[in-house]
Amino acid sequence: MDKKEYGELVKQTSPKTKEGKTILCAFAIGGLICMIGQAFSDVLALLLPDFDAKKIGALTGVVMIFLGSLLTGLGVYDKIGYYAGAGSVLPITGFANSIVSPAIEYNKEGIVFGLMAKMFSIAGPVIVSGVCASVVIGIVYYVIGLFV
Amino acid sequence: MKKGRQTYILDKKIYISHTATIAGVDEGKGRLRDFFDYVIDESEFGCKSHEKAEIKLRKHAIESLLKSASVSAADVDVILGGDLLNQLVPSGFSAREFDIPFCGLYSACATFGQALATGAILLSGGAERVICCTSSHFATAERQYRYPLELGTQPPPTAQWTVTGAGCAMLTTSKPKFKCPKITGFTLGKVIDMGLDDPNNMGAAMAPAAYDTISAHLRERGVGADYYDLIVTGDLGKLGRELLCTMLEQECGAVKDRVNDCGCMIFKDRQKCGLGGSGAGCSSLVFCSYLYKTMMEGGLKRILFVPTGAMLSKDSSLQGESIPAIAHAVAIEI
Repeated sequence: MDKKEYGELVKQTSPKTKEGKTILCAFAIGGLICMIGQAFSDVLALLLPDFDAKKIGALTGVVMIFLGSLLTGLGVYDKIGYYAGAGSVLPITGFANSIVSPAIEYNKEGIVFGLMAKMFSIAGPVIVSGVCASVVIGIVYYVIGLFV
Repeated sequence: MKKGRQTYILDKKIYISHTATIAGVDEGKGRLRDFFDYVIDESEFGCKSHEKAEIKLRKHAIESLLKSASVSAADVDVILGGDLLNQLVPSGFSAREFDIPFCGLYSACATFGQALATGAILLSGGAERVICCTSSHFATAERQYRYPLELGTQPPPTAQWTVTGAGCAMLTTSKPKFKCPKITGFTLGKVIDMGLDDPNNMGAAMAPAAYDTISAHLRERGVGADYYDLIVTGDLGKLGRELLCTMLEQECGAVKDRVNDCGCMIFKDRQKCGLGGSGAGCSSLVFCSYLYKTMMEGGLKRILFVPTGAMLSKDSSLQGESIPAIAHAVAIEI
């Protein structure tokens, strides 16, 4: 059996992701996380009538990041992620999870060379691509502004 | 005596006189729980890190092996051992606890096969007593090969579960008072790479290496697959086992009921451990518990034990390399 034939055999034999189930799970749990965020936002708006929408948004973000970090520390978020997949990765709680989980993992190598050095090992690429994308979009926005 | 390109048939009788095992929490809830000597009750085993826990697992296993064999450290010629971590930290660090020479070995998850074969060579060359020990730990392997434990990721459907535990065996040339399994020969495997590059599908990457070694062993020893009661691979998992059977059946007819895999034997289906167990401790834990005890009780007479290993690292995969795999076969008979 050569490499190509074997590759074909593996492709045919390998179990496939049950897409119907995983997409539904991601949608339901991801949606639930967003609903909780919305609920916090509404409650905060009610409690703090002096705050404008921008401030409420920022506060809600802080609450959700706290919850994501707390659930990661309690060892619950990875279990949610097992079922939710992208549904728990995409919301801001997933971003918190991606920073807190390496911080916990590498804390054993010390605060500086463990925790601090490694805590952005997973979230780092997201931040870098976010910064790069904002630079590109900023330039495009500026160029369009020259003509409009 | 060398037979063919890769196979050695031993003239001297090499006895596997004793074994000792220590299993992790999930393994202790699995199919083979009644066969383990000791099951830990939390994954850190009272240590500050999982790496330290793996060191302690090995130390515990070797200590209980010495105790059950009633042998002092001075009577053991060498500890042959390996694991999956960089610089073989658990093996080397656990060996500092014993006044016994040490050789670190690496064939990824096939290390136990390499250790048994190397032990048999040393014993044929004059050594009297050798300890073979391999281990793995789910948490240390996850950290080195994948992601932090608490990161919420979804495992792909072909993923396997690294076994936590250590298994060790005492090989000796002096005949024990009781009947026990003997190593009668072994076949050293070649590194086989079929170009697969998915680090989440190791069973498929390793199956061709297992096939290559098994078929070389049968050919060079001049026996059929039915010579053995069981051909048992290390950690191919359900998919790898199926692929191996497909390849073997093209050569030697129906073998499915004769071929099994330690990774498929260790966990229960409902434990959500993917396609089965993996890791350097998978084959040693299953061999030193279930397989050894079944042989001692007469349930199996001849087995071909074929630990399998994927020789990749996290960096090799990121650099676009495919996954080279290896398998060593050891013939064990009672």
